[in-house]
Amino acid sequence: MSTTAEKPAAPDSEPGAAGRTTAGKSQPSAGRRTGKAGKVRRLTRRDKFILAIMVGVPTLIQLLLVWLPTLFSIALSFTRWNGLDLKDIKAAGTDNYRFVVQDYPPFWPAIQHNILWLVFLAVIATPLGLLLAVLLDQKIRGSKIYQSIFFTPVMLSLALIGIIWQLFYNRDSGLLNYLLGTAGTPQAVDWFGDSNVNIWAALVAATWRHAGYVMILYLAGLKGVDPSLREAASIDGANAAQTFFRIVFPAMRPVNIVIVVITIIESLRAFDIVYVINRGTNGLELISALVIQNLIGEGQVIGVGSSLAVILLVISLIPIVFYLIRTFGKESKA
Amino acid sequence: MSTLANPIPRTTAAAGSTRNSGKRHYGTHIFLTVMAIMWLIPLGWSLFTALRPKADTDKYGYFSLGGTFNFDNFIQAWTQGGFSKYLLNSVIITVPSVLLTLFFASMMAFAVSRVSWKFNITLLIMFTAGNLLPPQVLAAPLFEMFKHVTLPYSFSDSGNLLNTYISVIAVDTAFQIGFCTFVLSNYMKALSSDLTEAALVDGAGIWRQYWNIILPLCRPALAALGTLQVIFIYNDFFWPLLFIQSGSRLPITTAINNLQGEFLSNYNLLAAGATITVIPTLIIYLVLQRQFVAGLTLGSSKG
Repeated sequence: MSTTAEKPAAPDSEPGAAGRTTAGKSQPSAGRRTGKAGKVRRLTRRDKFILAIMVGVPTLIQLLLVWLPTLFSIALSFTRWNGLDLKDIKAAGTDNYRFVVQDYPPFWPAIQHNILWLVFLAVIATPLGLLLAVLLDQKIRGSKIYQSIFFTPVMLSLALIGIIWQLFYNRDSGLLNYLLGTAGTPQAVDWFGDSNVNIWAALVAATWRHAGYVMILYLAGLKGVDPSLREAASIDGANAAQTFFRIVFPAMRPVNIVIVVITIIESLRAFDIVYVINRGTNGLELISALVIQNLIGEGQVIGVGSSLAVILLVISLIPIVFYLIRTFGKESKA
Repeated sequence: MSTLANPIPRTTAAAGSTRNSGKRHYGTHIFLTVMAIMWLIPLGWSLFTALRPKADTDKYGYFSLGGTFNFDNFIQAWTQGGFSKYLLNSVIITVPSVLLTLFFASMMAFAVSRVSWKFNITLLIMFTAGNLLPPQVLAAPLFEMFKHVTLPYSFSDSGNLLNTYISVIAVDTAFQIGFCTFVLSNYMKALSSDLTEAALVDGAGIWRQYWNIILPLCRPALAALGTLQVIFIYNDFFWPLLFIQSGSRLPITTAINNLQGEFLSNYNLLAAGATITVIPTLIIYLVLQRQFVAGLTLGSSKG
């Protein structure tokens, strides 16, 4: 696999660099240049038709099932609707937002929990993943085995992780209370049930997965750092910590950006694990869970659910736009 | 992007030996071993509980080694718990979703990366952003849209798109196309333009350039993305939760949530169900670990 794959990977910085020297002189290369004359000649009517389908079908799917619903969500957030008959949709102005912010008790706890989720992942889980990656990047025995162990939870769904940790945290049959010596005593803690501790218990379970994910991304990032940078630093007398924080870590900038974005988006998307535990109630409120609570079950309040969805959307757009600017900003200029 | 094919290249071993020569990592090993044991405890506990009959744990307690160990809980979950059916549902949803995602994404990626057109970047941004949205943002409109699509009862017993595999397949596909398009377009951009140039001289049309030249060269990326998508879609909890009400059509990842209610007091059976759900991902992990890791790092390497 490496022989075919390295070919495209190598000229990454200057796509088709080798090709352009030969092809570029005689004629503008096929895809990259906007050589109008060359293009018109090349794309026959049939080709244009095929291209239209190749672009059109995926774009249509994307518009119909992702972007149109997003716009509908925004529209529905300004209405009052029970979700039954389309004729019953009534304009409601900003009532839903006012209700959510002022009179909906779980809203502010949910905001706090989402922030806590982000801070916990950013301060505990992500650095832990980075630490594991740095340790495993050294030439130590059994590195592959350690990697496999830390990586295993990344393969599991957050819903399943909720169940597995439920078994571990359970008040009467869970291992944790036994290890703490409180099993069967009144001091036994129902880790997922007690609203004082369940958010922390859920965060530990989320960390179990997130740290492995971060580790694998950083391991790839560390391999990509030019070894001569480290050698130069050590010749200049830098110790291991200095080399890492001043040289290696900044050199992994692209990976760092991806990890920042992933951490933020994961904390906004957090849903499965709390939904599995108790549907996101009683100490585990998250905005994503509140959206769903208002959409399914009795007393559907589509307007309120949609306004929560729009709040989630607006917050999510911050990391999304940041990431898109970082990724595509260079390209559109180039 | 250079990490794409070889996420963990062996070549760095040479460089590594110079920086850590002669050092012994006792502290590191102790730390890593402790962490690894902590990492394995939740899974190990599930397996341990799953292997013990409920009667034995009732008699000796959950924290004991007494009694027998067997696969009775697994058999019960598989037959009475309906796990065979749920696993089949997962396959019915995952396989078409992954194939459609890769097919559409590769076409789109080909068009935006190999043919210059002024909307290329715009489209790519739209696709990439779509994949990053929290799914809950789209939940209400998608649910209502599917509810208001009227279908003949011969085709869907709900009379609309709800409660069908198609609804989940369609949304999973739409949601994952964005990420795959982004990754594949980066991959295809890096392929030399000579390749299609030569084909053009031979008079090959767009479709042949895509199907016979570019796509075979993308095999490593497609393998990595395919593995990743199988895991992603198999692990998807939310869309089936939203669209499928009938328990008998749920995929395994969503169904296990229902079991939690049904077998509230039988943790042994729940643990067996959880373990069964882990097995397919674990098999994929063991067989296709390189592909999976490559898939994960593909998206991140081009920041």
